[in-house]
Amino acid sequence: MSYTTWSFVALIFAAVLLYYLLPKRIRWTVLLCASVIFYAAGGGWYLPFIAATVITTHIAARAISKMASRAEEYISLHREDMSKEERKAYKAKEKGRRCAVLVAVLVLNFGILAVMKYTGFTLNAVNGLLSAFGRGVTVPVPDLLLPLGISFYTFRATGYIIDVYRGKTEAEKNIFRYALFVSFFPLVLQGPISRHSKLAPQLFEGNSLRRENITAGIFRILWGYFKKVAIADTALVGVRAVISGEGFTGMYALYLIIMYSVVIYGDFTGGIDITMGVARLFGIRLEENFKRPFSSRSTQEYWNRWHITMGSWFTDYLFYPMSVSKPMGRLTKRCRTRLGKGIGMRLPVYLATLITWYLTGLWHGAGWNFIVWGLINGVIILVSRELEPLYAKFHKKFPSLDTQKGAYGVFCAVRTFLLMGSVRILDCYGDVPRTFASFGSIFYRFDTWKDLFNGSIITNLGVGVWQYVFLAAATLVVFFVTRRERDELACDKLSRKPVLWAVACTALIFVIVIFGSYGIGFDSNQFIYNQF
Amino acid sequence: MEQLIEILKELHDDVDYNECETLVEDGILNSLDIVAIITEIDDRFDVRIPAEEILPENFNSAKALWELIERLDD
Repeated sequence: MSYTTWSFVALIFAAVLLYYLLPKRIRWTVLLCASVIFYAAGGGWYLPFIAATVITTHIAARAISKMASRAEEYISLHREDMSKEERKAYKAKEKGRRCAVLVAVLVLNFGILAVMKYTGFTLNAVNGLLSAFGRGVTVPVPDLLLPLGISFYTFRATGYIIDVYRGKTEAEKNIFRYALFVSFFPLVLQGPISRHSKLAPQLFEGNSLRRENITAGIFRILWGYFKKVAIADTALVGVRAVISGEGFTGMYALYLIIMYSVVIYGDFTGGIDITMGVARLFGIRLEENFKRPFSSRSTQEYWNRWHITMGSWFTDYLFYPMSVSKPMGRLTKRCRTRLGKGIGMRLPVYLATLITWYLTGLWHGAGWNFIVWGLINGVIILVSRELEPLYAKFHKKFPSLDTQKGAYGVFCAVRTFLLMGSVRILDCYGDVPRTFASFGSIFYRFDTWKDLFNGSIITNLGVGVWQYVFLAAATLVVFFVTRRERDELACDKLSRKPVLWAVACTALIFVIVIFGSYGIGFDSNQFIYNQF
Repeated sequence: MEQLIEILKELHDDVDYNECETLVEDGILNSLDIVAIITEIDDRFDVRIPAEEILPENFNSAKALWELIERLDD
């Protein structure tokens, strides 16, 4: 069930109505039923997969929680009889047992994700190797359909069990309540990857009907549709023309970098706005996933502002545990002894960074383009880190150049935007050599510059002049609205001003109806992040 | 504590670690810095900071970090 279908709108309407009609203590069951309907509507065969994740992580979390309680009880009972060393040894032994349960359930769940998502990619790579070595055999590649939202719910569930293991969140006793946390329908398609400690209390609280939640939710949903249907889908026409057309290189590649940035921003942040808005209708405030990413002055800052919940998942559950693990500690010591303190300290951390980014790329999709995308991001971050002393010297020499203000600030933001946009086109072409060739052509196919000056870059790609005018105006509106959201979200501000809220919502509806890319025979494009 | 500030100074010598209480919040310490600090602490104090203790509140100031070291050493 896509966000851009009437059945989705009907589901929200029915769920909101029922939610506020029922007594508070059972309101969460409406959310669970809506989630099951939403998920089943995508294909009934998906359900066993998400059920397997729910059941296995629930059982394991309960087991870990009980083991931890028993260990604590034992220590408090025998504190007097045990020495500090004995207590440490006992704690370590118990932690090891809990860790074994954790590892087993993680292997199982990431195993399901790996089989469903990466079997085809892996076998195709094996076949490529066999063919390269002249073997006349090929391994049959099964056509596996990816269960809806598997990357998102697997991360949500595994994050939960790691938090239970770390004692950061309570293990949920009721499996149906836990099932709601994993499958909460606004989060299924594209996140955010919410943490149990933040989301669960809101899911089960039985929130009261409050006008500001409904008005803020409606505005945010419309704002999301505006970004998705009116901006992203309009810009997508030009992007598709460049990708599928012949000879669209040089300036067209630069056009692609800019326009695909508009597409992915409108598509993903718009989708998340709809998600946030739907959750808000039930009185639930989800963690923000974006904080004006295109204003970032550096790659590191960009990744702190774009898809924040995914970034923090990888940092908290992969990068840190890997970086501070015993093998990494041993590697650090070995590197320091052999290579000196400077390189020795950096090498293991840099290795962990690259592994994290490699897996971040792989999480986005089973393809070489995603892997290369991840690795390039990792390399850019590490190179930036290596250049930090140089930047420091530069800023010491030119203290008036402030990265946060003035022309230099704008320069830094544009530089980061173009850098990230250039890496992102790996996602457009889905083909690594073609992406590099296209990007490289910007620097030698100067003949395409004439298409920029005579205007054919505008007319060649199926997007009308007025659509570009609309895109420019709409982008400016988004820029100014998000700029004013530093302290408070636009939906919250507007919910306190009924007249302005009504005008803004009516305007958004008109713009979506008039400029949106839809109509008879046009099925609005799926959200890009749905495929992840 | 002095030894800890020495470690922190090696990363960013322009910060007043006795006063600053927003090292993570203000982006002074990034994830790479944090791992470098943890490695140094392990080396010099023989205290291993586990991943679950890597929280902004534990790294926001030299004082908070020192308290974490003392707690883990206990």
